[in-house]
This record gives sequence, structure tokens and C-alpha cells, in this order.
Amino acid sequence: MGGALGVKLAIARGVGVLSRLGGRGATSAPGKVLIGLDSHAIETLAGRLPRGSALISATNGKTTTAAMAAAIFEQAGITLVHNDAGANMAGGVASALLGAARARKGIAGELGLFEVDELWLDLLATQLHPRAILLANLFRDQLDRYGELEAIGERWAQVRGRERLVLNADDPLVADLGRERSSALYYGVEDDSLALPGMAHAADAKHCRRCGAPYVFDAIYLGHLGRYHCPRCGQRRPAPAITATQIRLEGVRAVRFTLHTADGEGEVALALPGLYNVYNALAAAALANALGVSLQHTLAGLQRAEAAFGRAESVTVSAGEASGEEGAPRRELRILLVKNPSGANEVLRTLVLEPGKHDLLGVLNDNIADGRDVSWIWDADFELLAGRIRRVTCSGTRAPELAMRLKYAGVEPEQIRVQADLRRALWQAVGDRNGSHAPLYALPTYTAMLSLRELLVKRGEAHAWS
Amino acid sequence: MGDGVRSPDAKSTLRVCALYPDLMNIYADRGNLLVLERRCAWRGIGFELSSCGLGEHFDAGAHDLFYLGGGQDRDQRLCAEDLIETKSAALHAAAARGAVVLGVCGGFQLLGHNYALGNEQIEGVGLLDVATVRGHGPRLIGNIAIELSPGASAGEEREGRVLAGFENHGGRTTLGERQEPLGRVLRGHGNDGCSGYEGARRGNTIGTYLHGPLLPKNAWFADWLVALALGVPEGELEPLDDGIEREAHLSALRAARV
Repeated sequence: MGGALGVKLAIARGVGVLSRLGGRGATSAPGKVLIGLDSHAIETLAGRLPRGSALISATNGKTTTAAMAAAIFEQAGITLVHNDAGANMAGGVASALLGAARARKGIAGELGLFEVDELWLDLLATQLHPRAILLANLFRDQLDRYGELEAIGERWAQVRGRERLVLNADDPLVADLGRERSSALYYGVEDDSLALPGMAHAADAKHCRRCGAPYVFDAIYLGHLGRYHCPRCGQRRPAPAITATQIRLEGVRAVRFTLHTADGEGEVALALPGLYNVYNALAAAALANALGVSLQHTLAGLQRAEAAFGRAESVTVSAGEASGEEGAPRRELRILLVKNPSGANEVLRTLVLEPGKHDLLGVLNDNIADGRDVSWIWDADFELLAGRIRRVTCSGTRAPELAMRLKYAGVEPEQIRVQADLRRALWQAVGDRNGSHAPLYALPTYTAMLSLRELLVKRGEAHAWS
Repeated sequence: MGDGVRSPDAKSTLRVCALYPDLMNIYADRGNLLVLERRCAWRGIGFELSSCGLGEHFDAGAHDLFYLGGGQDRDQRLCAEDLIETKSAALHAAAARGAVVLGVCGGFQLLGHNYALGNEQIEGVGLLDVATVRGHGPRLIGNIAIELSPGASAGEEREGRVLAGFENHGGRTTLGERQEPLGRVLRGHGNDGCSGYEGARRGNTIGTYLHGPLLPKNAWFADWLVALALGVPEGELEPLDDGIEREAHLSALRAARV
């Protein structure tokens, strides 16, 4: 079996080399080939990991949370097999394992750290036999692909291995998955100074998963995340063991908070912005805690966590048509991925913490990985941008519809430019300098983010991801 | 105001009632209400938005336009029961008076007679002569464009006009013998994936599977609804600078490959 698998690994690796030669970093292609050759490949290779695997799933924050968890495990001296470019279906997980597989049933890594697409969690959990599964949140997302979020909750509830569940106490739908699992570890925010005045428009999971009565929210932090109870059946937010208090938001650059665990507490200064990244950091800290990592290593890891691929990444670009053009002005471009209403709301909420008026490049694509249905932009609170825009350039496959959304959100039509071609849009938007060295904020959907990075890599202004 | 006649002053305000806005909003239905609101505001037409949720009643004469969107299965069941219990009679009275009733997706299904899901049957209010069955086949999902049916009402120049949107429904809806569709499918699935019909219209009651949302993709249709609800000819509405709106409409049509 080992020998036969060795041949299959070699074939699949060859495919990886060919697809890279083909120009695109298709990180799931070799894994798909491997699964086609051996349907047990994931299970077999994961079985070689001495510390087993940990899975992360959520609507929002999977890649960033996994990057933070990776930084923590590295501090603890644990080597990883990690699908760090965000390819999070079976092919992506198989590719990561393939890349680490070594001769004589070896593997280069102790722990498998895998972010997993919401719809692939049940299948991959049966193959990976994880030690821990972190489930962070469920928000309304790509209804054309994922369907209704209660249905995803039901699929997650079917995952019943021996893993330890790490759950967000503040998301009622997620927290309830630990109802019959006494070992479940919960995390949550405990800082009422950040509570919102009301529930966001796009909020879901407003009704008790057990009895159907509407939850009463005593505090709402983000979308439908908060402190809640059911007035009919008494279900309430489980008391979290890992918490964040004293949260201080510092615009689009940073956030500070105090992390509490059973081992003590410590200050975290994240080089990433927003309350949503506090949730990501808490999730990563809770996962590390569940796997026995010390608070000291957790704090040190979070301290050096950086933006994941296209999430709050910062790049310096030149306004010339080609990079490094003589005398061309240079400008900071910050990439803030937006892909669904709740994620977009947090990005917008964070963005408007920065004073003054902003230059934006919004890129709305409708490829399969973005969701073909672009309705979601009407659920996101773009109203936050009214009066806060100097210039916004709308691009992507559905650029005019983003322009329409912004106009109805209260952005003046004179401030809105539509340029479907992303290369030209980027060039024009970078050129809109308001003299104050203010950055340009790019808000791309997922495939738009990939295209934008590809453009920047070609110009030599961003580094390619492996 | 129960007599169906509005005073001339009243025409300066569009009174909209959103039914179950916190439950039936899954496809960004808020966008439809926002487009109505802004387009009224830009013309100096007043806009009153009220909402009517579970267990609440409304005055049939107090609103010009009712909006009912789509929801998750469980929410739709809750709303269907409540609609029959607390709102059906008033909704029928309002429709008879000429108020516009717009149902999108799940809302369209609830405006019909019923929705059969396996052994279960959800009753609708029966304002439209349609019935829906949850098919065994896959959900009907994708960009869609429809051409409005000609001659739905005399004197309207709607013929040949096109609506763009996105559909995502498991239900297959069939029209009663004398029920007019809203339009014919140019691209996409429509009511049942095979008849070529999309939506339904009876008087000022309109049901459709087009979301996306509907009105941001078809600003002209929003104006048409406003005029219908206010009882004024569409031509009397002040023209707006609709450059962005037209581009958005064309973008949605291109997505449907029309």
C-alpha cells in the first residue's frame, strides 16, 4: 500500500508542477488528482501526523483565524501542515498533505491545521479524524451555493467524532452545537462598551435553534453575535472560558484587548483591525488552548500574527502604468476583502473609524467563488460611507450594480466612477491622490481580490503566495 | 380612507407597508424598499414606511403598497400561518381597493393558493391564482431576464419591457387557467423551469421570483409601481438622472446573457 501510494503521490506532484508552469497557482489541482487516484489518500496521509489535525470552519474569518493559530503553534514549536492559501475543500487539504508527505510513510509536520469550507466539514472530518474542530460563526453568505444557514447548522450537528469542539459562545446557532458535548470549549467577547444599538439588517439566527422563539439579545457585538437568551425555553449563551475584555479599536490598523483564559490573562496588540479580528484571535487562542498550548505562547503568537492573503494586506503601488515608472507617485493600497454582508459590515465599520474622507476601489465580481448572486450588497450597510467618500471607483464583473448600491447608500453620484476593467480601475484609483498621502482602500470580493493581487504581483508590488 | 378614493393631497405621499421585514428578507429585500424610498424622496414625494410583523394587524386603507419578501423555510411557515390568521382579510380588502401588493420569491408563493412540501401544505392568501409544489429536481438558480406580458392592462406602454434579476427557488409554481404571468422568460428558469412563464399578475397584485433585488436592477419598474400605487400616470413622475440606474439594469441583463 505504501509503495502504491508513493507512485500516486509522485503523479499528483507532477500535476502540481505542470499547473504551476501553466502560470496559475492552482493549489487544489494536485490534491484533486491524488484523491482521484486514491480516495483514502487524505485519511492515510493525515494518519501520519503525530499530533493529529485541527479543523477550522466558519462563514467569516477562516483564513485569518488559521493564520493566527499557525503563528501561535509556531511559537510553541509545533510544526504544521497547513492549507494557508485558503484552498479549503478536499483538493486543497489533500494538496497540503501531499506537499508534506515524505518517503517511508513520513510527513514533514506534526500537526495538521486545516481551514475547511462550511459544506466540506462533515466529509473532511470523517477522513481527518481531527482532535479539535473550531466552529466560529455562521452568517448569511452566498445563498446560491450554501443555501440557508440553518441547513448548514444541521450539517455541522451531524459531525460526531471524538474531537473536542471549540465554539463561539456569542453565535447562538454555533454555540448550540455543543449542547450535548460536555468537553466543548467556548470563547466570547465580554465588553459592553462595544455593544451595538441594534441588530444589523442582515442579521440571521435570531430564533432559538431548540424551540423557535425569538432570542432576546442583552448585547449585540457584531451581526447576530452577542449575549442572548431564549425567553421560552431558557437556552442562553454558555459562559465562555476564553474571553476578550477591554477592547480598544485603532482604526484600520490595529486593535488591542485583554485575553483571559483559565491559565491567566494577558494583553494582546493585534496588527490587524476591527472587532472581527478580535473574534478571530479569540478563536485561535481557544483552539490553541484546547490543544494544550500555553498562554505565553498564545500571546506571543498573536502578537506577530500578520494579515492573511488579501485580508487587510498593505501594498505600496505606483500611480504609473507600470511599476517603478520614472517620477510616478507612490501610494499605499490596503486590501480589505468583502464577500458577504456581515463581513462587509465589519470592514465598513472599521474603515469609518479612520478620520476624514476616503478614496475607495470597490470590486464586485460574480464568479462562482464569489456567489453568482450579487443581491448581498443590498444587505451590507454601505450607508456608513455616506459623506465619508472622496472618490470611489467601482470595478469588477458587476461594477455598475455596486455603483447603484453606493448611490442609494447616499454617496454622491459625482464621486462615483465606474470602470469595469480592473487594471484601468486600479490605475485610475491610485491616481486619485488627495495630497494627504491617505491610503487607497480596495474592497474586492474573493475572485476580485485574487485578480487584484495578480495584477500587483505582475507589477512587482506584491509578493506571490506559494 | 376605506373608500379607495384618495384626496389629491394624499398623492404626495407613498405609504408602504413591509410585511414581516425581520423574517422575510433573505434576498436583500431591503434594497427594494430603499429604491422606492430614494426615488420618492428625489422627486419630493413623501414616503412612509411601516412594518407589520407576527401577530400584528394593519388598516387596509392606510397603505398604498404592500411588500412581502422571501425567508428561510421555517420563517416562511411562521409567516404563512400568521398571514392567514391576522392579515389575509385586510390584504384582500387593500388589493380590491387598488393597493399594489408585491410578493417576491417566498412572498410570491404566499400570495398564491398554497405551497406543497411533501406531505405538508402551507396555505397562501390566494390573491394570485397560482399553486406551488416543492419539486424533486434541483433548485432553480441563476440570473434571469423576462419580458413583461403585453396587454396586462389597457393603456400601459409596458409591452416588450424587460426585467432582470436572480432566481433561487425550490418551488415550482403553476398558473391557474385564467391567471396571467408577469412575463415570459427570455433567459433563466421562471415559475417551473418549463412553461416559460415567470411570476403572476392580477390587477395591482404582482408576484415574481426575481430578486437581486428586483427594483435596484430595474429602476424603471420601481417608478411604474410608484405611479400605480399613487394612482397617477407614470409620465407624471418627474424624470430623474438615471445614468447609473440604466447601467445597473444593463449589467444585470448582461449577467443573464440578454
